[in-house]
Amino acid sequence: MVVTTSWYLALAAVLFSLGSVGLLTRRNPLVMFMCVELMLNAVNLTFVSLGADLGDLGGQLSVFFVLVVAAAEVVVGLAVIVAIMRRRPGATADDLSVLGG
Amino acid sequence: MLEVVWLVPALPLAGFLVLLFGGRRLGEPWSGWLGTGAMVGSFLVTLGAFLEMLGRDAHDRRSVTTLFEWVPAGDLRVDAGLLADPLSLTMCLFVTGVGALIHLYSIGYMHGDGDFPRFFAYLNLFAFSMLILVLGDNLLLTFLGWEGVGACSYLLISFWFTDEANATAGKKAFVTNRIGDWGFMVAIFMTFFTFGSIAYVDVLDTTSAGTVAQGTATFIALMLFVGAIGKSAQFPLYLWLPDAMAGPTPVSALIHAATMVTSGIYLLTRVNPIIADAADWVPTLIAWTGAGTALFAATIAVAQRDIKKVLAYSTVSQLGYMFLAVGCGAYVAAVFHMVTHAFFKALLFLGSGSVIHGMDGDQDMAHFGGLRKAMPITAGTFVIGWLAIAGVPPFAGFWSKDEILAFAWNESPLLWAVGLVTAVLTAFSMPRQVVLTFLGRDRYADPRSDEVAAAWEARVARVDAEGMAARESLATAEADLDARRAAAAAANEKLAAAMAAATAGPDPDAEDGPSAEDLATAVVAAEEGVAAAEATVVDSGQAVVDARALVDATEAAAAAVRATVDTRPEVPALALDGEPDVGDLADDLPESVSARAGHRPHESPWTMTLPLVVLAGLSIVGGFVQLPFSSSTKRLEHWLEPTLYHNEVHLTVGAGTLWVLAVVAVAGGAVGITVAVAAYGRRQIDYARFEQPILADAWHFDRSVSAFMAGPGRAGFEAVEAFDRGVVDGAVTGVGTLVRGAGGVLRRFHNGLVRTYAAGVAVGAVALMAWFLSRSGF
Repeated sequence: MVVTTSWYLALAAVLFSLGSVGLLTRRNPLVMFMCVELMLNAVNLTFVSLGADLGDLGGQLSVFFVLVVAAAEVVVGLAVIVAIMRRRPGATADDLSVLGG
Repeated sequence: MLEVVWLVPALPLAGFLVLLFGGRRLGEPWSGWLGTGAMVGSFLVTLGAFLEMLGRDAHDRRSVTTLFEWVPAGDLRVDAGLLADPLSLTMCLFVTGVGALIHLYSIGYMHGDGDFPRFFAYLNLFAFSMLILVLGDNLLLTFLGWEGVGACSYLLISFWFTDEANATAGKKAFVTNRIGDWGFMVAIFMTFFTFGSIAYVDVLDTTSAGTVAQGTATFIALMLFVGAIGKSAQFPLYLWLPDAMAGPTPVSALIHAATMVTSGIYLLTRVNPIIADAADWVPTLIAWTGAGTALFAATIAVAQRDIKKVLAYSTVSQLGYMFLAVGCGAYVAAVFHMVTHAFFKALLFLGSGSVIHGMDGDQDMAHFGGLRKAMPITAGTFVIGWLAIAGVPPFAGFWSKDEILAFAWNESPLLWAVGLVTAVLTAFSMPRQVVLTFLGRDRYADPRSDEVAAAWEARVARVDAEGMAARESLATAEADLDARRAAAAAANEKLAAAMAAATAGPDPDAEDGPSAEDLATAVVAAEEGVAAAEATVVDSGQAVVDARALVDATEAAAAAVRATVDTRPEVPALALDGEPDVGDLADDLPESVSARAGHRPHESPWTMTLPLVVLAGLSIVGGFVQLPFSSSTKRLEHWLEPTLYHNEVHLTVGAGTLWVLAVVAVAGGAVGITVAVAAYGRRQIDYARFEQPILADAWHFDRSVSAFMAGPGRAGFEAVEAFDRGVVDGAVTGVGTLVRGAGGVLRRFHNGLVRTYAAGVAVGAVALMAWFLSRSGF
């Protein structure tokens, strides 16, 4: 049984769907954050696998960008979440709607 | 000096700036001397430039000094440059010369005014603006000066702005001038579209080459004419000039007689090639507007009592003369009259200012009279000014007016007739002014009609008060009588009781009762009491009778006073024949009459009389720059020739006709003077025949315009305002309301729930993907 590119793509699709469903259904900000990471990494997987398949380094290059952006996002996002949790322990994402119009 | 011609406007500007920032520190009189010094310097530079220009050949008499690039905007390139040529230098000479004299005069006139430095700052700013107007080498720079003099005119008319009337007069001048300025602006736009430049050098050389369409030239000339009638106070935009007399008198002399109001004529003379290219009816329109205004204003001047109003209407009339000259193509005559008019009208205004100064601010000629004794220099110079404006040879006004009349005859005898009638009316109203002000009886201390009315009121009030007092004393006397009668009745009762007791005799039962002697004594005492009480009743009755008599007497006196209401003294507004007889009312006249009797009019200080003397000299010899006898005596014409592009009309009438015209004009002037002297001096004609109320009210024109503006005009403006509020503002507000409404709908989607946004993104991404897939035919 040969593990073809399609397998990786299928795995990436499954991971992305898991992430998106988790993002839409869970209320814990931290879990939602992890779901976003999951979706990002699913995309990373498609980049790498397609890059290998097409023999194009651009795919792997994009992954570095995504990783860097994700790292920056974690730095800011986690800090925000920690700050919110300190002020309002046990807050869910639905509670944090003060920016609504 | 032509290369430093920029100093001419720069010196007054520097004076203005120094006075603006340091005027308060300089104070009086140094700020005045500074302003005067700036003007004198400017005059000397102008004189140098003039002499240098005079030495040049006729075709070389034009010097453009470009100072800097002012408006570089695409095709429109306007430089700030000064155009020195015979026309602008002529204007500059009398603007700076007469201006310097009026600055000097103002030092005396404004003495003691709290805003002395501000006045000179404005005067210098005015001089700067006027010189920019004259020297500007393009229409835009002239327009800058044009607006500048308008602003200064506004500031100086309402110089004493705490008085509501002065502020209103300033506003009126400004608003009326806007109509003219609109015409000027349209003319500038049109000139740029036509010539691609607004510099005089380009425009006029192009036009004089005859390459401009007649329709375009007609339109530009017409619009410039609209601008000119606004600034030069011609019918129907003259309305602001008489009101402008609210300003201090030196302002009236400088701005509203000698310089600013002539800028319309300057402008039309400057653009003479455009007028020459315009349709024939444009010059005709200019001539008839001028002639009509001249006659119209001259009729009004006949009936004015305010010394400055007479001069204001006379100025409007003389400006009409200049327009008449421009319309007849007699540009030299127009400039000539402009110069001589600047001399004698400035002289007349400054003379009237001297009179007003000596009379403590009174401007009503009915209150003057006999001032020649108190102010000999003012009177003497004023008479010279009068002779000049009345067209008496050989004074300056005769030559210029005669030249205009000759050209009017050349154009149309009808125009000449209108001009002649105007000259006769002017020759009437000016000696009228001289006679009323300087000759005849001193009317200053006369009781005035309002004072006589006040005295009458005081007398009636006094009689009424006497009657009231008499009635009060009667009431007191009657009350006193009643009290005494009551006392007499009481005494009688007491007597009756005593007599009854005496008749009954002593009571035998009472051992210590009164004896018969005691009773008899009591009766006697009671009888004495009754006699005394009745005596006082008689006295009191007499007092009542006296009081009644007093009441009757005072009421009769009051009735007598009231009965004379029809015969009470009426003081004529103009008492030429002797002090008005006020009869026994003299005792009741208010104190202001005796206060005035103590005041003596005085001659003005030398700073005021020196300009009068200089201007009087100029009014005598000013005409000699252009004598009509031969070509060589027409010096002004030769001097101005290069700026007129051969557009000056030449007389086709013979020398004999000209002599006849001159004689007729002089005879007309003599008739006017004779009638005026007969009416006001010798009293052989009733002056009321000339002073018709309709003339005093300026043919009701001002009133009608006001009524129109308050009625239909106001309704029109309100309609425009409603349009502005409803449609223009409505469109703007509508856009805002629309955006607000749309935002209100959209904000519902922005609920702050992160998961909703995520769902939105997900749905959107899926939808996009579906769309792309369907497009790719998958």
